[in-house]
This record gives sequence, structure tokens and C-alpha cells, in this order.
Amino acid sequence: MSVRLVVLALLMAAVTYPSRALPLVTPGIERLPRLALEYLRLVGPAVLCALAAVSVGIVLDAARHPSLHIGFEWVAVLACVAVVAWRRNLLFGLVVAVALVAGVRALAAV
Amino acid sequence: MATALRHEPNDAAELRSSRRRLVIDSLGIIASVLGFGVVYGLSARAAGFSLVEAMAMSTIVFAGGAQFAAVGYVASGVAWPGIVVLTAFLNARHLLYAAGLAPYLAHRSRSLRAVLAFFLTDETFAMSIAHFNRIGRADLAGYGFAALAATFVPWNVATAAGVLLGGSIPDPTRFGLDVIFPAAMGGLAVGLISGRRELVAGLAAIAIALSVSIAWDPAAGLIAGGVLGPLAGIAMPPAVRTKGAAPA
Repeated sequence: MSVRLVVLALLMAAVTYPSRALPLVTPGIERLPRLALEYLRLVGPAVLCALAAVSVGIVLDAARHPSLHIGFEWVAVLACVAVVAWRRNLLFGLVVAVALVAGVRALAAV
Repeated sequence: MATALRHEPNDAAELRSSRRRLVIDSLGIIASVLGFGVVYGLSARAAGFSLVEAMAMSTIVFAGGAQFAAVGYVASGVAWPGIVVLTAFLNARHLLYAAGLAPYLAHRSRSLRAVLAFFLTDETFAMSIAHFNRIGRADLAGYGFAALAATFVPWNVATAAGVLLGGSIPDPTRFGLDVIFPAAMGGLAVGLISGRRELVAGLAAIAIALSVSIAWDPAAGLIAGGVLGPLAGIAMPPAVRTKGAAPA
């Protein structure tokens, strides 16, 4: 069984770990100015919104060129967001989103 | 940043309630991680990875997007230095996650924070920041659940299943599982939005991330949205907040 790519995995981990660890192990982050801490607090909602939008709205072709994707998946994500805002229940929101997408794809396949 | 309110008598009940919500919220994410772990295993197998090599990626690198990209590049014969540089670029967004969690974890030992950092992924960040925000402080058990039970273990089990079971597993996109990740990120963001600043930061991040993704690259879009979105939020006057802030 080949293990050659284990070395590649180690190299990939070596460049991934610093970005995960540096801000966490840097001393004194709790003593940052109030404005900087407020900025960090806003990173959470900003990153999650960006992740959601890019995951559902950007597709890559075979050459990894990005383009905007407008499809029913947007409706499903917005439905999930609406359900969570209404019921404060992520699982219910995810079930609604998956059911919508699976249903539309099943209809499209008929 | 406002200091988290201390209301000791309610702390235990509040913690239990938030942990229960964390577990329930994680169920959909676990389904998504399992589905795409299997697809990753299948892709790695098709690209010629052995079981050990595919598992090494999932346990040592533990970064789905970079792993999928690496499979594609290995299959295309791209040289390793190019793959390593691409990985660093794709995973640079983790800087933002770590920075976002850092104020909550600042009072833990540095060695513990170094260990926690290894398990920091999109999903771990999303579930943890929502949980920490609800209780107004860090909870190591909650982080451990999000990182290990909801992400690391399912991702690795699914990777092995994908490699070993091969083509006998149906494509998870047929069942709509590909929408779980963006829907979960959007849903978890809702829990973090308690005022104008968070809303503006989120909306600005969406606009910036999509624009930069189309013009350049999705990884750059995520970083640009995560870096610039909060600046737009800060430009707004603050709303009155009562809890949810990281302990300063």
C-alpha cells in the first residue's frame, strides 16, 4: 500500500496549522483595544455569512474558474435562515432546506 | 467590548440548554460531514490514493476544501510545492476563525489553545462561536463536541467508508445534502446577529465575498468578506447589547 502522499499530507498540515493556531496562541489578545475586540466579535457573523454565500453562490468549472450560480439552492438556504430566525431550530431549518432541494431535483429528473 | 454579564444561579441551566442546542444543531452538520467525507474518500480512491494516504489527509490536514483540491491536483499531476502553496492560501481563512475565538479562549493555557487550534475547521468554528455567544464565555466540552464528535470523527469514518466501499455508495447530492453546509452556516449566523452591527457585517461580507470570488477566487472571497465585513459593521452605531460578548 502506497504511503508516498502521507508526506504531502504532512506538508499541507504544516502550512495549515499556523493559520489555525497563531491568533489563538498569541499572548495578550484579551488586552486588545475595545475597538479591536469589537472587530473580532463581528468576524463570526461575517465569516459565516461569507461561507454560506460562497458555498451556495459560486461554482468552479473543470479549470477551477469561478462563476456566479443562481439556483434553487439559494431559496433553500434562505428558507433555512428564515426557519432558524423564526423557530431558533437549526435542525428543523436544515431539514426544510434539504427537503426543498431534494424535492426540486427529483421533480427536475422526472 | 462589553464584559459578559455574570449571573451565576442561571449559569448551569443556561450551559445545559446551550449544550443541548449545540447537539441538536450538530445533527444536520454531521450528516453533511458524513456525506462529503464519503465523496472525498471516493474521489481520493479514484485519484489513486491508498487508504493510508486518504486517511492521512483527513487526520493530519483535516481541511475538507483543501483535501478536495489536493485530490484534483494530484490526479492532474501538479507538483507538490504548488499543492502546498494552494493549501496555505485556501486555509488562510482559519486565521479569522482563530482570531474570532481567541478572546473567548484567552484565559486558557497556551498549550491547550495550541491543541484546540488543530481541530479548528469551518464547522467547528461555526458551532463553537454560536455556543460561546449564547453562554457569553468559552466551554471546552462544547468545543470538544463540535470539533471531535461532530466533525473530526464523522469526517474520518466517512473518508474510510468512501475509500473502502467505493462506487457502491450513492451520490449525496442526489438527496440534497450539498445544501446542508451553506444552510447551516447561514442558520448559525442568525444566532450571532443581535443588532445592526452584526447584520451589516454579515451583509457586507456576503457582497464582498461574492464579488471577490467571481473576480478572483472563492478562497480570496472568503478572506476578503471575513476581513472587510466587520469593518462595515463597526462603522454602524452600536446597538444596546446585554449578553453574548466575549469576556474581555
